[in-house]
Amino acid sequence: MALPENGRSRGYLAARGFRSWALTLDHKRIGALYLYTTLFFFLLGGIFGLLIRIKLMYPGQAIFSNQTYNVLFTLHGSMMIFLFIIPGIPSGLGNFFIPLLIGARDVAFPRLNLASYWIFVAGILVILGSLIRPMDTGWTFYTPYSAKTGANIALLSFGIFLVGMSSILTGLNFIVTVHKLRAPGMTWHRMPLFIWGMYATSIIQVLATPVVGITFLLLAMERVFGIGFFDPAKGGDPLLFQHFFWFYSHPVVYVMILPAMGVISEVIPVFSRKPIFGYKAIAYSSLAIAFIGFLVWGHHMFVSGMSKTASIIFSFLTFFVAVPTSVKVFNWIATMYKGSITFESPMLYALTFISLFIIGGLTGMFLGALATDVHVHDTYFIVAHFHYTMMGGTVMGLLAGLHYWWPKMTGRMLSEKTARWGWLLTFIGFNLTFLVQFYLGFKGMPRRWAEYPPQYQTLNIVSTVGSWILAGGILVMFSNFIRGLFRGDPAPANPWKGLTLEWQTSSPPPEENFGTVPVVTDWPYGYVKRKPAGDG
Amino acid sequence: MAHSAAESAGHPSVHASPAVAYEAAKLGIWAFLATEVLLFGGLFTTYIVFRLKFPEMFHRDYLHLDRVLGAANTVVLIASSLTVALAIASIRKGEQRLLKLFLSLTIFLAGVFLVIKYFEWTEKFAHGLFPGTDIFFSLYFMMTGLHGLHVAGGIAVLGAMLFLAGRGRFSESYNTPVEISGLYWHFVDLVWIYLFPLFYLIG
Ligand code: HEM
Ligand SMILES: [Cu+2]
Repeated sequence: MALPENGRSRGYLAARGFRSWALTLDHKRIGALYLYTTLFFFLLGGIFGLLIRIKLMYPGQAIFSNQTYNVLFTLHGSMMIFLFIIPGIPSGLGNFFIPLLIGARDVAFPRLNLASYWIFVAGILVILGSLIRPMDTGWTFYTPYSAKTGANIALLSFGIFLVGMSSILTGLNFIVTVHKLRAPGMTWHRMPLFIWGMYATSIIQVLATPVVGITFLLLAMERVFGIGFFDPAKGGDPLLFQHFFWFYSHPVVYVMILPAMGVISEVIPVFSRKPIFGYKAIAYSSLAIAFIGFLVWGHHMFVSGMSKTASIIFSFLTFFVAVPTSVKVFNWIATMYKGSITFESPMLYALTFISLFIIGGLTGMFLGALATDVHVHDTYFIVAHFHYTMMGGTVMGLLAGLHYWWPKMTGRMLSEKTARWGWLLTFIGFNLTFLVQFYLGFKGMPRRWAEYPPQYQTLNIVSTVGSWILAGGILVMFSNFIRGLFRGDPAPANPWKGLTLEWQTSSPPPEENFGTVPVVTDWPYGYVKRKPAGDG
Repeated sequence: MAHSAAESAGHPSVHASPAVAYEAAKLGIWAFLATEVLLFGGLFTTYIVFRLKFPEMFHRDYLHLDRVLGAANTVVLIASSLTVALAIASIRKGEQRLLKLFLSLTIFLAGVFLVIKYFEWTEKFAHGLFPGTDIFFSLYFMMTGLHGLHVAGGIAVLGAMLFLAGRGRFSESYNTPVEISGLYWHFVDLVWIYLFPLFYLIG
């Protein structure tokens, strides 16, 4: 990351050179490394997404082969999920800001932190190595197909195992950090809500990831020794794979969304200049979501041949997750009510998060209900639904966080004007791309198919053109990031006048974060009572 | 590098005090062990699913396992849990020599465990029983294999402790790493205590 010059302190960015990054124990640098790595896969996965859309614009024409199509949507889905969105906010922003927000000098185990970054990189390299024979299973790797396809599934499984291990170690580190390293005076109910979100996330990472680890090991064994754990022909049970897979992969959608919700809970009160409404409700709803998230995995298997009773129970439980989620949305809106709202770019992204996530969440109810799920299962309705939650939700949350914390991370401001253009294009492009897909899915266009009947073509053209506008918005945004890194105006310590602790140290923060460890005397959202610290 | 000073001392400024560092390490290892339980938990679940599905296969294959070797290994591991506990007790009293002795004994016993396992496995291979033979044997090899990897990991960890003990790193007041490694070793022992009856005792 770049640097303020003209005699201003470069803070934690002072040391230069490869070693100072590769061997760093500073959580801020490790967080930055994660951000670079995961954003790279966001862009790469995005290119694959655009390619898929180009193919879908011209049904019946051989832009590329159907096999290539299968490989592309698999690469797109798995890179976005495993290499971008799961590690993105937790390991990137989480590493950078957890210690700063609780007034600690670093995470509890800095060496472990560095190790988990390099384990992550090793996992990526193994996964890329396995692509010599590209996979075509979709990111869910369902057996028995994944046990038979020509791809290097065993090697790939090992790569995912490593990535998962890194995720476990990070989560573990955060749990201990939050428990043991809070600044004096920071009680649990004075913790910023981002910390609550990250704490709940870490619990999920630690409790769910080992199960996917063993699932992929079993899959690897199946490939290497041809055992048939999951192969009905040999007495195995393909549903066992799906149960294991979703026992992890459902809770993991909360690994994606809870940190984003944490970011939103920081941004909304700052730009509304009002105390957050319902602090405890937001805090505990994170834990509730994490807990209920473990009980609903079966809603992915309604049409897989589970028993009726099981389906009904899973459907019923699924609706429960909506409760704590709605509590949060309600509280954000109540926070904004009668606030003095300003629309700087972080706030624009936060509002986008709320509106798009509501659409994603409401359509999720269609999928949680048995009858409608059977109708829209494996159609474009699903594709639209998860892009609204994951991209409209999590990615917008990440972008809100990047715009909000950029001055703190780099010591430089972004161009607000460019940021707004980037936002506008992204917003229009996103909705153009994915809104029509709800309709396509409802009309029966299947997901993961390279071909479709011609009556769907018009809307597919709309969607593809939308994806180009979206890509344009993201390009504008990233050019702003890169320009900001090198040329942005020097950032003051507290440009948004926030009350959380990270704004009470310089931008960028020094190594070990604070000159003297701060003493906390109040919660961080008292916008009416207190004056913000720092210059600004 | 600006970090080097802090680095050589293990970045100590993170923690307000050694007491906090100790608490953090304790919480960390317990959380880690929870993930290990879940890792093996997936395999135990698989075991239960298939045992219920194929009771005859499980009974037939179980007869091929060598109860004597299994029992011997159980004794060896329990003994090693004792020696590691003695190692921790010794350094708490500041007894450097006893610490090194008990750590070496533990590593030795862990090695014995792996050697016995080696003979057991090769004997199975000689009889044409492989991980691909059927679901029982794939579970047997996978679960004992994963456990074996944990034993090997334990040897590495305890070896590192022995090395540090040789350099006089530990004392009455500072022995957290020994204690943490000991907890891990007890866990490895505990997993075996479940594996042994599951495979060797219940037909
Ligand atoms: C540049 C923006 C994006 C575009 C144009 C795009 C496009 C697409 C398309 C067309 C598909 C459907 C493939 C098919 O069913 O045949 C798809 C699937 C998918 N996308 Fe995206 N996407 C974008 C961003 C994202 C993001 C940000 C994420 C996650 C964070 C994501 C996650 C997924 C997943 C998980 C699948 C499912 C893949 C599968 O079925 O195996 N996408 N995307
Ligand atoms: Cu789910």
